[in-house]
Amino acid sequence: MVTPLMPAHMRDVTVTRQGKQVLGPVDLTLGQSGFTILLGPNGAGKTTFLKALHGLERLSTGSVTWSAPDDVARMKQAYVFQSPVMLRRSVRANLGYPLAILGQPKAQVNDAVEAWATRIGLTAALDRPATGLSGGEKQKLALARALIRDPEILLLDEPCSNLDGRSVKDIEALLTAAHQAGTRIVMATHDLGQARRLATEILFLFKGHIHEAGPAPDAFDAPQTPEFKSFLNGDILI
Amino acid sequence: MNDIWAGLSSAFWLVVTGDPDLIEITLRSLQVSLTALVIASAIALPFGTWLAIRRFRFRRTAIAVLNSLMGLPPVVVGLIVYLLLSRSGPFGVLGLLFTPTAMIIAQVIIITPLIASITHQAMRDLWAEYHDLLISLNTTPTRRILTLISDGRRALLTAALAGFGRAIGEVGAIMIVGGNIDHATRVLTTSIALETGKGDFALALGLGFVLIALALTVNLIIHALSRTEREGRW
Repeated sequence: MVTPLMPAHMRDVTVTRQGKQVLGPVDLTLGQSGFTILLGPNGAGKTTFLKALHGLERLSTGSVTWSAPDDVARMKQAYVFQSPVMLRRSVRANLGYPLAILGQPKAQVNDAVEAWATRIGLTAALDRPATGLSGGEKQKLALARALIRDPEILLLDEPCSNLDGRSVKDIEALLTAAHQAGTRIVMATHDLGQARRLATEILFLFKGHIHEAGPAPDAFDAPQTPEFKSFLNGDILI
Repeated sequence: MNDIWAGLSSAFWLVVTGDPDLIEITLRSLQVSLTALVIASAIALPFGTWLAIRRFRFRRTAIAVLNSLMGLPPVVVGLIVYLLLSRSGPFGVLGLLFTPTAMIIAQVIIITPLIASITHQAMRDLWAEYHDLLISLNTTPTRRILTLISDGRRALLTAALAGFGRAIGEVGAIMIVGGNIDHATRVLTTSIALETGKGDFALALGLGFVLIALALTVNLIIHALSRTEREGRW
């Protein structure tokens, strides 16, 4: 399955903050399907890239265009932040929030919430405050809250940073299932192992510029740029 | 010190004997202040939240003005409301001067900026936390305000209680627009002012203790009803 929202085009996108260009210029087309992993060291511009794509970042120049009107495209995207944002409500209310604001009937919202709580193993915690969950549970809840609307495009900003192996495995299972169900995924990480496990396409960002873009096997087997080669070798990029 | 003991004793006997005058002015105090609180909260809570999330030209100026209005001198507010409601004023035809309604209007003007300002401070922090998520979920501005008000209700309760505290203890404005008329506009604070003027310090202090007890009771009831400070809550 492919999403009609894609391809998405980033044309001459730059983001400048306090006189410093932190992203771009980026000229890129994201294809209709796949699991794109955005790799790069800390400070490379991965978060800014994702936020620019999602419309959370004010562009200094350029544009992002989807194959659908902007308002339609926005409604069919979901974003998971590096530090999960928990509403000061119960786990149940957090999970149901994206559906409740669409005005869906309570019974329908409840059914979806129960189903997702079961999937992420938080059934027993449904009526507990979400802010009291562990880091891994919060991130799983944030991911389920993003997926509960069946988004066509899912953007994730290092969702597994600082999580233990068990939580990483659970989250990767959810992401793989979403990908197989046809969700177009773009995810930032600096974990090479995770990138090898999940990616069908690689984007390598360094100092705000895309240095490598292509199918994952090719990128890993035959990197085209010295920067990405160094990154794969575990060298420190400055 | 004797005056304080006499005041405590006076307060005790007024309450124990169920003094009808005390009950009347206490109920009027509550009626005026709670009505003012409800009206002011209905204006200030959404306005303060809106101010926290909305970016517009002169926003900083608006916030500075709002914060300055927290210190509105009640006597000046009373005077302005008096002039507006007096027979020769623009709203004189309504005949509201020296009625509890005039007192409510004055109190609403005094406490709305206070509640709005505290609301703005609290909602600004919550908005910083929620901003990206709510924008990402494509929420409407109205939905954002409702979400912040709902999730920030503890802070908003504090704002409302601060407003109530200011209203129930206010004397300058309501003395001017209410006139302290017996069985019509007399409330606890204006009674205290009257008894002090008459030199009956024991009764004035007694009424003062009743006023403090009343404010404390209302605060405790609201806290109990809204279940603040309980484990596992926000």
